[in-house]
Amino acid sequence: MTYLAKPKLHHPDLPQNKLGYTRRDYEGPVSTLCAGCGHDSISAAIIQAFFDLAIEPHRVAKLSGIGCSSKTPTYFLGQSHGFNSVHGRMPSVLTGAALANRDLIYLGVSGDGDSASIGIGQFAHVMRRGVNMVYIVENNGVYGLTKGQFSATADKGSKAKRGAVNSDEPIDLVQLALVLGATFVARGFSGDKEQLVPLIKAAVEHRGAAFIDVVSPCVAFNNHPGSTKSYDYVRAHNEAVNRLDFVSVREPITATVPAGGVRDVLMHDGGTIRLRKLHPEYDARNKVGALAYLEAHRMQGEVVTGLLYVQDDPSDLHESQNTVEVPLNTLGDDALVPGNAALADFNASLR
Amino acid sequence: MKPISRVNDFVVKFSNVNGSGSASANALFARAVLRMGVPVAARNIFPSNIQGLPTWYEVRVVEDGWRGRRGGIDLMVAMNPETWSQDVAEIEPGGYLFYDSTKPLPPSRFRDDISAIGMPITAICNAEYSDARQRQLFKNIVYLGALAALLSIDPAEVERLLAEQYKGKESLLEANRKAFRMGYDFETSHGAIGLKIERRDKVGERIFLDGNKAAALGALYGGATLCAWYPITPSSSVAEAFAAQCHKLRAEPGTGRHRYAIVQAEDELASIGMVIGGAWNGARSFTATSGPGISLMQEFIGLAYFAEIPAVLFDVQRGSPSTGMPTKTQQADLLCCAYASHGDTKHVLLFPEDPKECFEMGAQAFDLADRLQTPIFVMLDLDIGMQDWLCDPLTWDDDRRMDRGKVMSAADLEAGKEFGRYLDRDGDGIPSRTIPGTHPKRGAFFTRGTSKDRYARYTEDGSAYVDNMQRLLRKFETAKEYVPAPVIERAHQPTRAGVIWYGSTGAPMVESLVALEKHGIHLDRMRIRSFPFADAVADFVAEHEHVFVVEQNRDAQLRTLLVNECGIAPERLIAILHYDGNPLTARFITREIAEKAALFNVKPLRKVAP
Repeated sequence: MTYLAKPKLHHPDLPQNKLGYTRRDYEGPVSTLCAGCGHDSISAAIIQAFFDLAIEPHRVAKLSGIGCSSKTPTYFLGQSHGFNSVHGRMPSVLTGAALANRDLIYLGVSGDGDSASIGIGQFAHVMRRGVNMVYIVENNGVYGLTKGQFSATADKGSKAKRGAVNSDEPIDLVQLALVLGATFVARGFSGDKEQLVPLIKAAVEHRGAAFIDVVSPCVAFNNHPGSTKSYDYVRAHNEAVNRLDFVSVREPITATVPAGGVRDVLMHDGGTIRLRKLHPEYDARNKVGALAYLEAHRMQGEVVTGLLYVQDDPSDLHESQNTVEVPLNTLGDDALVPGNAALADFNASLR
Repeated sequence: MKPISRVNDFVVKFSNVNGSGSASANALFARAVLRMGVPVAARNIFPSNIQGLPTWYEVRVVEDGWRGRRGGIDLMVAMNPETWSQDVAEIEPGGYLFYDSTKPLPPSRFRDDISAIGMPITAICNAEYSDARQRQLFKNIVYLGALAALLSIDPAEVERLLAEQYKGKESLLEANRKAFRMGYDFETSHGAIGLKIERRDKVGERIFLDGNKAAALGALYGGATLCAWYPITPSSSVAEAFAAQCHKLRAEPGTGRHRYAIVQAEDELASIGMVIGGAWNGARSFTATSGPGISLMQEFIGLAYFAEIPAVLFDVQRGSPSTGMPTKTQQADLLCCAYASHGDTKHVLLFPEDPKECFEMGAQAFDLADRLQTPIFVMLDLDIGMQDWLCDPLTWDDDRRMDRGKVMSAADLEAGKEFGRYLDRDGDGIPSRTIPGTHPKRGAFFTRGTSKDRYARYTEDGSAYVDNMQRLLRKFETAKEYVPAPVIERAHQPTRAGVIWYGSTGAPMVESLVALEKHGIHLDRMRIRSFPFADAVADFVAEHEHVFVVEQNRDAQLRTLLVNECGIAPERLIAILHYDGNPLTARFITREIAEKAALFNVKPLRKVAP
């Protein structure tokens, strides 16, 4: 239960990051999701990523919509402010929050129902506005909290637990995000933490709209034969285009450079994505190529994972708004209220 | 029929085609009268269309300073052949018709009991200009010149206004001045009519301003830094005026960078979502919308109520329900806003009566939102929002500071002050909040629309839910101390009857009270300025046998709210309702109240002519 706190005492030798925080400082209360739920693995990856990056938890705001995935922000970053908002409308709440204070890190957590069905409009617009955020969709192709209805990302022909077959075309949020202008687009698998953690770290340091679609099997309603979002199916059809190590400016560079097919992508703030290409023909900076590649593999029933697209020097909403350097929520009377003298001019123009 | 003869007290109506450039000429007319020191009450009556449909502009020249629409037309400026019959029929007996006589009309198209003044405007413009657009545009300035001559407006005042309008655009100024002179000289040779404007000093320092612009400036002075909106008539000009004023007043010195953000959202749901996100994160945030937008925002408004987010909403009400009449006015969103969203919700509403109060309440709304940590609705309507009103100049107390309410700082948390997001430490129902990012170890909480305990921990325990809902009621009670109080005035004679109104109804209402008094009907009066109602509201009703409630909707929504919230017996409140979408007139109110007063034995029983 979420109100059961984890024991405060922990092993004295728990590793600490640069700030002196242990992994425990990035956790939340115990998850109430089903045992084996892919979402819990994603929460664990988020905890690991923020621990590794040594980001102070209170500098993160985590926002979500409604659904199983949207419950998860309770279970990580317990010392961050969180907002469990309205079904499908997290993007607008996150946009407003991001405008109010440009200095925090905004982590939006959503699901396939939340983002691809009820919230597809807001999903589209938050991407095209280039809100500086990490937007994670925990994608299981199914409505968990209401017990097993198909969502809009369920593959055509996919079989529900009770036998119904999905007859509608699926929405691929990755392709959508690419077309709509997201400047960092990736897909991960909840069962592959090694791939997922660096993806999240790179997304956090990306200064623009970063989107990660994480295929996350639902053990209760979508992990049976005939499902295309089960652990077995994804493991069998996962087509990873690259592996990456993310080297933050916050961390000492210790990763050894692997030989062959390596490409460094320098991030805005000096961090580096070190891409190990698994498919030599795949270029993560080529949007058109990425779309073609994704579609070709989708038609073969393959789930392409990895860093699919990254723009080196993205711009974000604050840039297009031309807002001041300091957060808007710190401006006081002196900066905001022009005073009576300015009204005299205004009045004079209306006589 | 004797032609009407009046000085500084008559109504001129301009009948035009939408998109023909008439709006700026008509506004010049109104401002020229103001420059003569004579008050006006002006209203655009326009269709939901950009070009080609009929549109009217009505200017009431009124030395007594009444701000409502009078009803009846003394001089019709008929520039739209399509609405000719309707326009001619509307003129009061003895009134005047000014028209374009280029194309002769048979006598059957006129009336015997009015005076017709023809001027070959099209012919004049065709002779003068070769460009088709100029021929059209300058027609408006030509008739403005003619009217100045007919009504004895000092041409120098109009020329001064033109000079201000076209400052730095000399060729445009010269062309306009010439067109004005053509019209003026033509009619001067034909002589004046019975309607006359004489110079007075009755405008003084007052300004001519619309409520949407005033509300936007109120938001700016109220410290708003985030505006998220979606275009909808009649509210769009709130956000547009906010953008224009911020451009002037909110640029960072040196860099020119913005101390504000304005997002035109994809819909009203996203608008209110952004406002809630921004307000949750400590930036004063608002949206502007109309009834259909409020309908779309319902789920989010409930979240903001329950999660206690300080959001501000400007609702510029229009003809409803559904799409309704987008360019017509009503006060029909009252119940929809007061109880917005599913579940048990109640919201704070403010009712400005004119643009001046739109400014004041527009600024105050942000203090109230922060103080009460709840959505605040500023209830304008099209009549206040989109029409220019003559009102006192705007002023600001430079010693005033934003009231950010109960926000715990890093120092408070560091000092070990107890923090529970929904903990009522002061007994006023208002908890403390923290802004995200305040303190590394303390004060973080999880905001939810679902149930929680006093420390924002998730719980489905029924008693914790009831505890929280009761606190929200206490907070609503506290709100009464902060919201603008009703304005109560006594009749000149002791009376057992009263009248209640709010918002734009006030303009014709105060005029009607004078008329009613002349007929021997004396009413104590109360202008309600906010919801929740102060105790004085129920007391006022209790002091009177019968109370008229005058409002602009079909279902007597304010009356319903009074019955519901104050436990008033419905028969004591007599509804006076006007909801055809046009601005209310004093004539209408006077007639309705007089009739009902007779029925309810409010003395005297004399019948009042409309």
